[in-house]
Amino acid sequence: MPFGNTHNNFKLNYTVDQEFPDLSKHNNHMAKALTKDIYAKLRDKQTPSGYTLDDVIQTGVDNPGHPFIMTVGCVAGDEESYDVFKDLLDPVISDRHGGYKPTDKHKTDLNFENLKGGDDLDPNYVLSSRVRTGRSIKGFTLPPHNSRGERRAIEKLSVEALTSLDGEFKGKYYPLKSMTDAEQEQLIADHFLFDKPVSPLLTCAGMARDWPDGRGIWHNDNKTFLVWVNEEDHLRVISMQKGGNMREVFRRFCVGLQKIEEIFKKHNHGFMWNEHLGYILTCPSNLGTGLRGGVHVKLAKLSTHPKFEEILKRLRLQKRGTGGVDTASVGGVFDISNADRLGSSEVEQVQLVVDGVKLMVEMEKKLEKGEAIDSMIPAQK
Amino acid sequence: MPFGNTHNQLKLKFTSIQEYPDLSKHNNHMAKVLTPELYERLRTKMTASGFTLDDVIQTGVDNPGHPFIMTVGCVAGDEETYIVFKDLLDPVIQDRHGGYKPTDKHKTDLNAANLKGGDDLDPNYVLSSRVRTGRSIRGYCLPPHCSRGERRAVEKLSVEALGSLTGDLKGKYYALKNMTDAEQQQLIDDHFLFDKPVSPLLLASGMARDWPDARGIWHNDNKTFLVWVNEEDHLRVISMQKGGNMREVFTRFCTGLTKIESLFKDRGHAFMWNEHLGYILTCPSNLGTGLRAGVHVKLPNLSKHAKFGEVLKRLRLQKRGTGGVDTAAVGGVFDISNADRLGFSEVQLVQMVVDGIKLLIEMEKKLEKGQCIEDMIPAQK
Repeated sequence: MPFGNTHNNFKLNYTVDQEFPDLSKHNNHMAKALTKDIYAKLRDKQTPSGYTLDDVIQTGVDNPGHPFIMTVGCVAGDEESYDVFKDLLDPVISDRHGGYKPTDKHKTDLNFENLKGGDDLDPNYVLSSRVRTGRSIKGFTLPPHNSRGERRAIEKLSVEALTSLDGEFKGKYYPLKSMTDAEQEQLIADHFLFDKPVSPLLTCAGMARDWPDGRGIWHNDNKTFLVWVNEEDHLRVISMQKGGNMREVFRRFCVGLQKIEEIFKKHNHGFMWNEHLGYILTCPSNLGTGLRGGVHVKLAKLSTHPKFEEILKRLRLQKRGTGGVDTASVGGVFDISNADRLGSSEVEQVQLVVDGVKLMVEMEKKLEKGEAIDSMIPAQK
Repeated sequence: MPFGNTHNQLKLKFTSIQEYPDLSKHNNHMAKVLTPELYERLRTKMTASGFTLDDVIQTGVDNPGHPFIMTVGCVAGDEETYIVFKDLLDPVIQDRHGGYKPTDKHKTDLNAANLKGGDDLDPNYVLSSRVRTGRSIRGYCLPPHCSRGERRAVEKLSVEALGSLTGDLKGKYYALKNMTDAEQQQLIDDHFLFDKPVSPLLLASGMARDWPDARGIWHNDNKTFLVWVNEEDHLRVISMQKGGNMREVFTRFCTGLTKIESLFKDRGHAFMWNEHLGYILTCPSNLGTGLRAGVHVKLPNLSKHAKFGEVLKRLRLQKRGTGGVDTAAVGGVFDISNADRLGFSEVQLVQMVVDGIKLLIEMEKKLEKGQCIEDMIPAQK
């Protein structure tokens, strides 16, 4: 099993050809990057916690492709995965993150004051605004690999840190395993509850082991700041509210994150970060900022325009249905968010969302009036 | 130990209590047996191939219970698992197999001539007859733990052995990964095709990794003898045909199995077997004979009788729906098979099915005529 490094030396009795996965029907970043030579070179390696190449790639072997999105097909089991397996992960990262090179440096900017505007997205169109990211806690292995003891230690540390927050961040933790029915109903109604992963992308990587042990949801009393503990990452941090004031959402996001980070640092468990990859997360697609800033926005007309996809691409935005990834849009309402994670800062990514959504709302209004939008189509950002 | 198991070592930094799973909501054999003390004693151990306690129990931790059946909640990763983790598995085996003791001996009897009768089950009621078992090939790890190289080696060996069968056992192998649509449809129509497991009981133990690599179906030209390669066990061997001639089904089963075993031995690979546990299979519930002999039988009246469950129990039989385990009966047709696996020989188990079904049909006929069956209810076998 991928969860215990129990077998790697034994496998070395078999040749590379005998062990190399059949990727002939596969279409994911890992399958594109993993040659037999790379497999041969990396197969006898492991991280200090025992994570191996086969552990890294299992999810991509088990999930040949996705109908709508190019999946990553590999995960990290700990911070060192990105070093020990760089011969595989660097090309995956480069392919996924627009040509990001092994020598590139990533800039972190969580100073919300650097954002221009963003407080006035039209609430007749922008129904809600949200910013999320993930954080990994140094000294523990990641969700594909961690043991119950580690996961519980992460939970304990997280609960201590979060319950010491005050003011607008004062809140409460709800462990998944001891939630009452009433609490569960409320969290579902608030769209806060996360459930045991069903996506085989996640389950094949081992992230659902021991569910719901060590998992939980913390949120502030105002229900505008929320932290998921031990889902796909150690922490997922979410700031959200109804309407179009993305600036406020981002302010709260930055302030809250920094408060949380300080507390973890005091306990000698900072967040995993380095100057090349930024914040280290389980999935290589979330490296860098790990940030997805987005809105639910009504674009009934624009979404049926033949240039919709092209516009999104040029604005460096992506669309999803209002259920999140892998869902369809309902009633012309789309989830529009930044496409990038690595190579640009948090401020830059949220700026793209703010500016891009503003433009698209203007386009929508034009189309409502029966006017053309061709002159408004932007250049590639 | 010859193989590093770094992550298991890492877990030892956490106390036993910190790592011990939360089994408070669980109802499976593993959860009934695994105390914190037992966990502490076994957590440092591993088999020669590196299978650990957490590997054994993961499926039982992830699957608290089943609505209809008492699940086992643990699996073996190799032959040695049953020795290294006997302090857990012996009580599980005892609980599952009617009090079978660590000192008990299991008798193997694959001489079909020892079966009495069984060629005349009424085909107006018995629609089909089937006998299945599993076999594990010594020298390889089991499906929860084996690597692609091992799985492919098991496939290669199996295809060679099966390819040399002759006469009414002559047949063909269909590898899952390069089956044509036409072949697939035919196998579905014949009720031969097995699909990627969807049951979380199997997925959580890692048996579906690398699907469909090295999985396949072999069957004879007559479509009465079928072997599944690398599904839940290395081999599942099935003899089946329409109607009620269980004797013929069992005879073919024994002949075929014995031939296959000698073909494997010729190639230097015996089946895993010992005199205490009989045939060694992935799931402790299938130890001993690994044999499930059953019929699809029409019992619309008897199945509604208040004593149906009790009658089955006394006959040492169990019912399933016609889709197999976890399915419901359709149109009053049930899958009735032996409940036992270990502590009785193959002949004894098939005898129970043959004799039991004969009795159940007589009861059904009585009920059809509006007669009562109270005096036919058997003593506990």
